[in-house]
Amino acid sequence: MASDRARMLEVARSERVWPRPPVWAIGVGVVGAAFLLAYPFLFKTPFSHHLMILILLYALMAQSWNVVAGLSGQISLGHAIFFGIGAYSSTVLFIKFGITPWIGLLVGMAISALAAVAIGVPTLRLRGHYFAIATLLIGSSVQIIVQRWDWVGAASGLYIPINRTAPWYYLQFHTSKVPYYYLALGAAALAYLAVWYIRRSRFGFRLQALRDEPDAAASLGIAVARHKVMAFMISAAMMSVAGTFYGQYVLVLDPERLLSADISIIVLLMTVLGGSGTLWGPALGAAILIPLSEYSRIWFGGTGRTIDLIVYGLLILAVCIWRPSGILSLFEERIRRRSGGTS
Amino acid sequence: MSRDLIIQAIVSGILMGLIYALVAVGLSLIFGLMEIVNFAHGEFLMLAMFAAFWFWTLGGLDPLLSLPLVAALLAFAGILVHFGVIRPLLKAPMLAQVCGTFGLAVALRAMAQFLWTPDFRTIANPWIAGRVQIGGIFIGQPQLMAGVICLLSFLALWLFVTRTETGLGLQATAQDRQAAAVMGIPTERMFALGWAIGLGCVGVAGTLLSTFFYIFPDVGVNFALLAFVAVALGGFGSILGSLVAGLLIGLVESLGGLLLDPSYKTVIVFALYLTVVIVRPNGLFGRF
Repeated sequence: MASDRARMLEVARSERVWPRPPVWAIGVGVVGAAFLLAYPFLFKTPFSHHLMILILLYALMAQSWNVVAGLSGQISLGHAIFFGIGAYSSTVLFIKFGITPWIGLLVGMAISALAAVAIGVPTLRLRGHYFAIATLLIGSSVQIIVQRWDWVGAASGLYIPINRTAPWYYLQFHTSKVPYYYLALGAAALAYLAVWYIRRSRFGFRLQALRDEPDAAASLGIAVARHKVMAFMISAAMMSVAGTFYGQYVLVLDPERLLSADISIIVLLMTVLGGSGTLWGPALGAAILIPLSEYSRIWFGGTGRTIDLIVYGLLILAVCIWRPSGILSLFEERIRRRSGGTS
Repeated sequence: MSRDLIIQAIVSGILMGLIYALVAVGLSLIFGLMEIVNFAHGEFLMLAMFAAFWFWTLGGLDPLLSLPLVAALLAFAGILVHFGVIRPLLKAPMLAQVCGTFGLAVALRAMAQFLWTPDFRTIANPWIAGRVQIGGIFIGQPQLMAGVICLLSFLALWLFVTRTETGLGLQATAQDRQAAAVMGIPTERMFALGWAIGLGCVGVAGTLLSTFFYIFPDVGVNFALLAFVAVALGGFGSILGSLVAGLLIGLVESLGGLLLDPSYKTVIVFALYLTVVIVRPNGLFGRF
């Protein structure tokens, strides 16, 4: 198997399916990484830290959605379920049993992956719109059920108690946002690395094949349903990680927000805005939409009147009409033209 | 549990189901014509309800009088949406189509919240109010009127689609776009007509609903979800299918709420959807 993959990658490389990144791209990568690592020291206000933590978490969530939609071509409108599972698993284990959120993180990932199997096996074979609507309805049902489930706080949700003497591995850092920043950065970096790897793995090639030509892929012996379920599981586990960190960060689990279809829709909007199926599109989408909504919240205060969603909606509409492949493809095109147009 | 209670639940379920059906039929028609799911359908229902509200509050027009106005406004909005949003998306990948209508939904809902705040409103003292008592059961007069008008709308729609030349052209376009174009049917215009009728139905449903339901920016969300269920049950593109499915959903919802727990009534309907799409992927009366 290992040699198989090595040979395949060699072939891919020689055919320039994966061109070696040019020097400038490595430069941008190094500068970008250095900037992200130094960010908390360059910008010192709590708000700038908060903004970046949200961008990183949403970049992770959008990437998770991208694994299902961008790679396997299934539009899920229920990803808030896995976000909620992540947040609730770690919080319930912590509050009721005093278990560190790190274990809660793993438990949440496992439960999310199982939930993905339970949801995915019957629904992933549905055709396009039916699957999208099914996930939308399942997400809505989960929200209704959690809001009536007393053991997890029902509609009023859960609060994570602040414990100043807890050791570091209980994720209780309330004097500074910097530790949360690095946690979010680490989680997002791992997720992007994982997706980078998946995209050029044999599994990733199969996913992209069955996304583009499901019938041809099936006729070549790719187990379409099993691959879709596996992509769904990976995606669910990633989403769950974001949920755990989000819960630990905001300390309040409100099912009305946490499990709302809005979460599922926002990750979809981010991914499509940046470019679905690409590696950096979800991050770009998050980096555009999160500052937009946070600044709009500042300008309009708590009046309930925000313009961010109006701009979001229209922006997405415009992107879908004029550039369905996302904003990232604008840059890609320019770069390709400049570098003489190989691949 | 008394017999009256069950009859009461059945009657209210049927009356609510008629509204669901009228919302769903527009969705179904649009999907049948061009294979596009209008995820902004609920938002147009919300706009129709607000339109009826403002006609009443600012113009003093009772919803019964503003009904044709709102329907015409929504039909016009449908034509605008078709030419402004849908036509450029027709050849786009499915993801772009889903996101496009979702983007529209998000923008419309946020706009309503921005303009009219998230407050709950009602139409105070419309002409028809109160309730009638038949035997041991009570029926709200607005609901009764809404049910009758919904049925009449369905009759008119059915006659239009099956008895007029334009309606037959609409059906032909839904069945085979290219063959219809070859036969000289202006398919582009049929698409626009489909949107006009689809959102016109939403206009009627929204106005009727505004006489007995709260009006707020998120009101459409749940109705849209139920309309998706109705369309999936009835089969995409079928008028009678939508009617039967809407009634079925209304009944399941009210009886399920009565027998199990009212807070789970939508979950029961969603479970019905999942069962049907998994067991019978083309709906209960699917035509293919």
